[in-house]
Amino acid sequence: MGKVLVIDYKMGNTDSVLRAVEKCGGEPILSNSISDFENASHIILPGVGAFQKGMENIEDLGIKRILKEQVFKHKIPFLGICLGMQLLAQKGFEHGENSGLGWIEGSVQKFEKTNKDDRIPHIGWNEVNFKKENLLFEDIEFGQDFYFVHSYHFKCKNPSNIIATTPYCGEFVSAVRKNNIFGLQFHPEKSQKLGFIILKNFLSFA
Amino acid sequence: MTLVKGISFDSWRRVGSVMQAVKVYNMRDVDELIFVDITATIDKRKPDFQLVDDFADECFMPLTVGGGVNTIDDVIGLLEVGADKVAINSAAITNPDLIKKSSDMFGSQCVVVSIDVKLKNDKKSYEVYSHSGTISTGLNPVNHAVNVEKLGAGEILLTSIDQDGTMNGYDLEITKKIADELSIPIIASGGSGHYKHMNEVLLLKGVDAAAAASIFHFTEQTPLEAKRYLKNNGIVVRV
Repeated sequence: MGKVLVIDYKMGNTDSVLRAVEKCGGEPILSNSISDFENASHIILPGVGAFQKGMENIEDLGIKRILKEQVFKHKIPFLGICLGMQLLAQKGFEHGENSGLGWIEGSVQKFEKTNKDDRIPHIGWNEVNFKKENLLFEDIEFGQDFYFVHSYHFKCKNPSNIIATTPYCGEFVSAVRKNNIFGLQFHPEKSQKLGFIILKNFLSFA
Repeated sequence: MTLVKGISFDSWRRVGSVMQAVKVYNMRDVDELIFVDITATIDKRKPDFQLVDDFADECFMPLTVGGGVNTIDDVIGLLEVGADKVAINSAAITNPDLIKKSSDMFGSQCVVVSIDVKLKNDKKSYEVYSHSGTISTGLNPVNHAVNVEKLGAGEILLTSIDQDGTMNGYDLEITKKIADELSIPIIASGGSGHYKHMNEVLLLKGVDAAAAASIFHFTEQTPLEAKRYLKNNGIVVRV
């Protein structure tokens, strides 16, 4: 494992992610410079906030191309967390329709109540049920709780991209994967011991 | 800055260092930590960003920070140093536009509006207090809660001033009244002295979390035992 690039695109708290990567034995660097992209062994896109702002910031920083090159051409393992996972979608429907990175087919939509007792945003610990075996969830039991804090969720077009679901307002996609691209709707850096196991699993993927 | 615990927002006792408490709670698998600087607004101080930065470094669980949050820069600053959610209390009354601004910028899930309530002298109706319980606003808590939800609050932290620190149980009446009118989650606070109090309040629809302090500072009850008790009584908790 070399340097773990945590992308700095000014969307919320990155401190927790940096410290969590350190705790997991990684060497994190918070940056958006081209050379740091080129030298990273792993890339993490964190983020909290609005879909549109997230994409705008990525465009304004001019990092869309290098990001795609590293992930698709050089197959660098990529992890999107919360907004970072949602930006993988083709479209997001927060404050109108906006385009995402488009790396995983589907769109990001607001939760819809299934009964009057459903509360939105979805805030708190909830169970993550992963589909079959997956390296991200190694050493984690089925149905363990992780921390969620969001009002929007990713509706995947392709079931093979869905690696975990969580019951809320019905059921929603809590983790995605496409080859070396991973996405987690919950916050592993806020999910204590179990969150660290997931991060360690990601960091050991090469 | 010292960690304190009071009774009905008065007679504050020192209960140790903030950093120590954060480390201990981190190890004890508490679900979430709420840190409030209770004198910031009345002292006309800004939040202490350095302090929050320092203990956010030790905190690998969700962290809500409040106290002295009056401007959008306060919100931005706190999120930048490690808060996951920012709690707005007095400013929800003096500068309610801050709720909308914060919610638009970061999403409503980052915005907790903290409401402190107290029974009026008639012992029948309730009133919202601000500025650490020193100013009686005359506001009806239910109306205030409904308003802040409309403005973009993602969660309500509801504290009963009367019950706070007494360890006699949460104020179920006002908590239920407010929870029934909202569609955002509620954190109940003030009065927990025994696991059964947490059980009672978590049975109320819309109350997704129970906040507690005295029970863990002054008794031998623990967060883990609390969760086991709740689980045995059918409450969905992470154990």
